[in-house]
Amino acid sequence: MSVSTLPADPILERRALVQSTARRSFARRTLVSKVMLGVCGVTLAFCVAILVWIIYLLISNGVQWISVNYLTQDPSTPTVLQPNNVGGIKNAIVGSIVIDGLAIVMAVPIGIVAGLLLAEADNAFVNAIRTTTEVMTGLPSILLGVFVYEILVIKYKLGFSGIAGSVALAILMIPIIMKASEVAVRSVPSSLKEAGLSLGLSKGRVSRRIVVPTATPGLLTAALLATSRAVGETAPLLWLIGATYTTSWDPFKEQSALPISIYQAFLNGISPQLQQSAWGTALVLVTVVLFLNLGSRLAAAYSQRERR
Amino acid sequence: MDSAITVPAPDGVLTDEPIEDPRSGPIAMHLRDVSVSFNNRLAVRDVTFEVPDNKVTALIGPSGSGKTTLLRALNRLHDLTKGAKVQGEILLGDTDLYGKGMHPTLIRTRVGMVFQRPNPFPTMSIYDNVVSGLRFNGIHKKNVLNEAAESALIGAALWDRVKDRLKAHASTLSGGEQQRLCIARALAVEPEVLLMDEPTSALDPISTQRIEELMSELKNRVTVIIVTHNMQQAARVSDLCVFLLMGQDGAGEQIEVAPTRKLFTEPDDPRTLDYIHGRFG
Amino acid sequence: MPEAIDTVEPTAAAAPKDRASGARRAPVARSDRAYWATLYGTTAIFVVICVAFLVTLIWNSVPAWRFSGLGLITGTKWDPQNSSYGGLPLIVGTLETAAIALVLAVPIGITAAVSIVHLVPSRLRTPLSSFVELLAAVPSVVYGMVGVLVMAPKFQGDVLPWLQHVTGNFFLFSGTVSGYSVLLAGTVLTIMVLPTIVALSRDAIATVPHDQVEGALSVGATKWQTLRKVVVPGARVGITGAVTLAAARALGETIAVAMVIGGNVHLSRSLAQGGTTIAAQIAQSFDGATALTISNLFALSVILIAITASVNLLGRRLLHRANRGAML
Repeated sequence: MSVSTLPADPILERRALVQSTARRSFARRTLVSKVMLGVCGVTLAFCVAILVWIIYLLISNGVQWISVNYLTQDPSTPTVLQPNNVGGIKNAIVGSIVIDGLAIVMAVPIGIVAGLLLAEADNAFVNAIRTTTEVMTGLPSILLGVFVYEILVIKYKLGFSGIAGSVALAILMIPIIMKASEVAVRSVPSSLKEAGLSLGLSKGRVSRRIVVPTATPGLLTAALLATSRAVGETAPLLWLIGATYTTSWDPFKEQSALPISIYQAFLNGISPQLQQSAWGTALVLVTVVLFLNLGSRLAAAYSQRERR
Repeated sequence: MDSAITVPAPDGVLTDEPIEDPRSGPIAMHLRDVSVSFNNRLAVRDVTFEVPDNKVTALIGPSGSGKTTLLRALNRLHDLTKGAKVQGEILLGDTDLYGKGMHPTLIRTRVGMVFQRPNPFPTMSIYDNVVSGLRFNGIHKKNVLNEAAESALIGAALWDRVKDRLKAHASTLSGGEQQRLCIARALAVEPEVLLMDEPTSALDPISTQRIEELMSELKNRVTVIIVTHNMQQAARVSDLCVFLLMGQDGAGEQIEVAPTRKLFTEPDDPRTLDYIHGRFG
Repeated sequence: MPEAIDTVEPTAAAAPKDRASGARRAPVARSDRAYWATLYGTTAIFVVICVAFLVTLIWNSVPAWRFSGLGLITGTKWDPQNSSYGGLPLIVGTLETAAIALVLAVPIGITAAVSIVHLVPSRLRTPLSSFVELLAAVPSVVYGMVGVLVMAPKFQGDVLPWLQHVTGNFFLFSGTVSGYSVLLAGTVLTIMVLPTIVALSRDAIATVPHDQVEGALSVGATKWQTLRKVVVPGARVGITGAVTLAAARALGETIAVAMVIGGNVHLSRSLAQGGTTIAAQIAQSFDGATALTISNLFALSVILIAITASVNLLGRRLLHRANRGAML
């Protein structure tokens, strides 16, 4: 073997240099690595700690307010003589049920059918729609409230009403449901669809009989996800629902909602007791939202397991 | 493998010349009773052989025989895997790679690796890729980096192709060139041993040929250990062959270690003969 | 944009022909036509809403542009009572709060994402990231409330005076401190955008192939060097997308900011004092305002849409690119 074809010396020199430098810098490099990996761990712990902290705040400040009376009475105004007389949140609970319920009724069918289109068709129009849904989900939600205010409350003289809030929330929910149902429908194996088509079923039948039933857990994920987002929204309801202090089941009248009643407690800052009682409302609200969110995650996990 | 291997004689060597054992020269690495297990399940059992200095040693055997697993033990890549355990003794010169106080980071500077699929860092330029190892190890002097880059790229037979566009992204190279870039990246830190894990399995025939040609040059600079399941390749490039086979319990076992020409022409073990004649999957 | 509606019907009729597998199917065109008509018709409702939304906002902002002109962007005095509509304090506040949120949340979020992918034992990975993502599910009014009741007193009493002290009354933190401040709003926003950054960066980091990691380790890099020089740069497109989407969220956040920012419409160089943002101002003054004020708020809404929509689209483009790259 001819070792002389390559100059061996510079290579051996460099090998010695690399190895000695590596050894010399090793302690520093290892220390930096350990410290920085520690920092990474700490920031993750910090993120987790924030959620724990918020849950702790909600429970430690909120539990004392939760009682049958709190949940079944309308709010009352605390006075100087009776500063703790804050009443309950029945109006907000009823309002949230009615407003969110109607928003679900409006948004879920539209969102799922439009999501089906996004998944099933492929042309310029559909691509434009897809981009539009992305923009809509990123828009500040207060603008939806402003829009519905101008159209329904002012132009069509509906006045402040629960239904106006439902419409705003439905507009908020539709693009979220569209995106999520597109994903759900796309994940249905194409072999299933082709099997249906090869049996001579029409495209519509295949969708109704095969695609939608198979995608149901995913569609449920979509609906729950959008609902969990809508239930907690304050901004789009701000100027729409009238934020009344009395309970009303009639969506064409003024109503309240859980997030709105929290916001109201801070509007003028008149009563510290009212602000403290908002912890109770927040506890109820966050419990509902987290359950919806966890529900959508479970449905998603379920549909993923089914697919395998 | 379609049929038996014919004439596996290395270039320029007459077949009836006496076979010289590469292990008669200096030895780079000693493996003694090396076993690798994952979660207490044995993957490689009791491998013992010597790796001759400045030669090419090939690990051959069918899939599942533990070639790659064994190779990755040699620069402590198994340290990344939870539940992986390496037993026995692996000596590099006279340092025990798994000895007390040995740190994998420092070992990997001495034992480099080239992987199955070319894995240049896509966000770095060609130059930055080559000198990345030097920088990681704390060398930042411009002239040292430049010299090392040129030398490593020449060593990987890539210098003429890239000397005018060292600032270009690594992803602008073809697959074969990317693999040679990875070889240059490994060479730049001047390791004592270079591990190559089926380095041509993701490449086209022409790129494969280029890299095989490179091997005979490489061994002047560094001791090479290559895993391949291409028998012709092992026959063409290696000086020493280690044949592994999966045992009854699924763990890879060493069947025969011999100079390449001997292993391919007159193996001692009948199983080796079966394998090189294509009688195993 | 309005003509988009007109294209719906013809497309619906033509759609079955577009389908690749149409040729070998039984003749069921009639029922297929009804199917596509339903799909396109329903989607048309969404299109009508979006068009109406955009038209309403632009249409109602016309009087404001006529009245204030470019002063709506460059004017420094926001005083609806005296018909002065200078939007600069609002725009500056919007950018300031979002910038603070990103400066704090980006390093925290990315390092946390690195942790999830590369440091945490694999069976803890999913629970931990789901847990962090739940932060995004907490309603913003609750963040606002935590800001008012818990954080504002701390800012007023401890954080801001301390910042003034250690920075030597640096202009960013100078003046009479107010708990309800731009800095508090930015801090609350930090918490709100963290889950976005963590979740999306985690996805981007997870797509960096493991052989890149092994490649770096095999030339003698430490774990941190590998993460810092190879893994994070390898995920940079996706991480940029994550940060951009977080920026869009921070720019448009309304309620939490409105509750903690103090509603000060005067330009101030100090972040330790109150401020306002476009979205917060809309929330706080929409009701009971004069027609002209409302029109100006619409005009600001249009600016806000332009900012958030373009930032949002940019972020999504980047994420799409990152995902495509991952598949190659």
